[in-house]
Amino acid sequence: MGLMERLFKTPAWGVHPDDRKQPAAAVPLRVLPMPERLYIPLLQHVGAPARPVVLVGQPVLKGQLIAEPGGNISAPIHAPTSGTVIAIGDLTAPHPSGLTLPAITIAADGADRWAELHGCDDPFALAPEEITRRTAAAGVVGLGGATFPSAVKFSLGKRLDVGTLIVNGGECEPYLSSDDRVMRDFADAVVDGVRIVMHAIGARQALVGIEDNKPEAIAAMRRATEAYAEVKVCPVPARYPMGSDKQLIQTLTGREVPADARAAEVGVLVHNVSTCAAVHRAIRKGIPLIERIVTVNGGAVKNPGNLWAPIGTLIDDLLNFCGVVEAPARLILGGPMMGTPLPHGRTPIVKGASGILAFNAAEAAVPEAGPCIRCGSCAKACPMGLLPMEMAAHIRADSFKGAERFGLADCIACGCCAYICPAHIPLVQYFSHAKGELSAQERASLRNDATKRLVEARAARIERETQEKAAAAARRKAERDRAKAAAAALSTTVTAEEISS
Amino acid sequence: MNDAPLLPLAAAPPVAAPHTYAARSVSTVMAWVMAALTPATVYGFWLYGWPALYLWLITIGCAVGGEAFCLRLMGRRPGPILRDGSAVLTGWLLAVSLPPWAPWWIGAFGGAFAAIFGKQVFGGLGQNPFNPAMVARVALLISFPVAMTSWVAPLPLGSAAAPGVLQSLAITFKGIPTDFDGVASASLLGYSKTEMTRGIDLLHSLAHAGAPGVAWGGFRPGSLGETAALLVAAGGALLLWLRIISWHTPAAMLAGIALPAAIGHALNPGQYLDATTHLLAGGALLGAFFIATDYVTSPNTPAGQLIFGFGVGLLTWVIRTWGGYPEGVAFAVMLMNVMTPVIDRYVKPRAFGRDRRGRPIAARRVN
Repeated sequence: MGLMERLFKTPAWGVHPDDRKQPAAAVPLRVLPMPERLYIPLLQHVGAPARPVVLVGQPVLKGQLIAEPGGNISAPIHAPTSGTVIAIGDLTAPHPSGLTLPAITIAADGADRWAELHGCDDPFALAPEEITRRTAAAGVVGLGGATFPSAVKFSLGKRLDVGTLIVNGGECEPYLSSDDRVMRDFADAVVDGVRIVMHAIGARQALVGIEDNKPEAIAAMRRATEAYAEVKVCPVPARYPMGSDKQLIQTLTGREVPADARAAEVGVLVHNVSTCAAVHRAIRKGIPLIERIVTVNGGAVKNPGNLWAPIGTLIDDLLNFCGVVEAPARLILGGPMMGTPLPHGRTPIVKGASGILAFNAAEAAVPEAGPCIRCGSCAKACPMGLLPMEMAAHIRADSFKGAERFGLADCIACGCCAYICPAHIPLVQYFSHAKGELSAQERASLRNDATKRLVEARAARIERETQEKAAAAARRKAERDRAKAAAAALSTTVTAEEISS
Repeated sequence: MNDAPLLPLAAAPPVAAPHTYAARSVSTVMAWVMAALTPATVYGFWLYGWPALYLWLITIGCAVGGEAFCLRLMGRRPGPILRDGSAVLTGWLLAVSLPPWAPWWIGAFGGAFAAIFGKQVFGGLGQNPFNPAMVARVALLISFPVAMTSWVAPLPLGSAAAPGVLQSLAITFKGIPTDFDGVASASLLGYSKTEMTRGIDLLHSLAHAGAPGVAWGGFRPGSLGETAALLVAAGGALLLWLRIISWHTPAAMLAGIALPAAIGHALNPGQYLDATTHLLAGGALLGAFFIATDYVTSPNTPAGQLIFGFGVGLLTWVIRTWGGYPEGVAFAVMLMNVMTPVIDRYVKPRAFGRDRRGRPIAARRVN
């Protein structure tokens, strides 16, 4: 902690971009009319893709399982509305590559008929393991953007005896307000979800970190937590990346998560506020994760705001509903600091889609990069205490190992350095490139090692076989010799006997 | 699925996050530094008249010209690169450290030398190991010691003795006319050094020197933009307030001068100047706020900047006290510039979740 930090209670790390959350955050939540078709990717989470359990032409009900988890770290997927499965095939993924991803397409029948749901009136009477099982079955994943299957984190928390649940209501990305809206409109659901998660992981207290630029959310959450002393609402300074796990944990608990370690190792677990609301719905009402709040914002949007939309809605459908004032110059999934640019609007929103930004030409302008003047702004901004300019200098010279020595592996790609750089050097791209190269090298060296091991094993086997053959030959020869000797001895004896007889 | 996108993107450049940028760019940083230099510079124009303005223009013009020449040689378009403002700033910093009535060729040679040999030979902005303005100043001082140490007494614009516009052109381009007497003067550091070599100690030589108030106000002989300590410090304060510079380098450099000066003066006032005089004389303040804080040639961690700044200050005091030249900021800055890569190699910030050696820290559990 630096001197300035202690004086002003503002972290020394990070940046403070113009938050651009208004007016979208203040507009009441709107419900998107059910689109005619929904395109539901089978990979919307960290881990293995889900496996379809429906066939083309099969009718499905809202909330019905349509794909089961594809492995230990995976999540099931449910139908966001009733209708018919009309295709199981490839679709452009919400990723800048524009590559395809397997998806299930459902034609909505307009009836929006629910499947049979199994809620629970008293989740605190359930065993923690049962909560974890039901959360997993509801397909709940981290809604802050990481999309890690929540149930896997619950079991981890239970195993490592986590005492504190940190609830992430930071929402430090500019433009986004979906978490803000969840806390304002569904504070009771969030708090109930928080208490269910606490029960599932065995936590004794929960700290809800909310950036102080969301006074309405703080007030709503304070009201909702009045009855529960174990859930504490903690306003935190509005500073990007406050919503990053490690930074939020440090701000709220003063504990620094060691490098290469998980949060659970300092006794905390972090869950997003929207995730907690999803857990509440999943456990209390048995509703799987099929809908979410999405912020639609950006200079190209006519009526920006937050929409309650089913998973699988095309981004174009969201934009058509909100209206556009000009053709968007750039589409972004997520926030402007870490979001992914999208190739076009015919990609669906997924579980982790907290916002869709449609930038106008002015917002999308990319300043031209100049030479580094070593001003050190990037190092000051880096929340991980790294030296981005040194890493970039090494990467420019193709010295990826050199960048690694400067802590490339610790980089969380938050974008503070590239945001603040007065020379507009695309530092995050440098780091992503280097990380990709290093993992490619790693894979290549693993492959080499494997090949080497096979070659050595073969040589050893051939050597062994040769030796065994030689030994067998020697053994046979010895046996033959022995047999011959025995035969000779026998014949000698016989001869002797013959003589004696 | 229909194939035509409902809302075609206007343009889809290959970009990655972040998609938003802070407003401050390299050229705005340079512009702010120039703005911070303006009060002291304008005061210098008033104090020393038209020749100072001509010298300033020539120096900046030749710095920009030198940079443009090099960019042309490299086959690059000079326009966009010159717009970053770094060449103008280099020329400006050099000009304010020159004797205000120096002949035109001092400014011309210095400006071009700073841009070409101080900066462009190393590859341009961000690549130079030494502060370009100080490289040029040292080159001038070694090559033309007489012209570089000929100071004039203040002749403010509007006063009777001040040279006019045309007469000033003659001063800058033909030299100071012999009938223009009574202007040659000496800076305080130069004067005290000369007197020391003559065996007159400071107690006697400085008995009639001006009070510190004169140094704050700047009505004294000295470099073009260095004399008014108050205005230089105000510019520095602006840069600190805008967070263009951090306090580490200036504070450490001033401490590096003041600490040994105070100790020396306490031990032997006849031999060593006091700390206030050291801080307010010569280029100490200009160096602390504008020269030593140069991003390119100074370390980029706070701890490194403290070491660097203190080194510059200490070397300045050593050179002023025992060196052959009365002023040592330029030499001290260049000597510490050499140390910058070494400092940056050994002084690194502690990464999150790691100790100073880069090993993961031990986990401390909550409760």
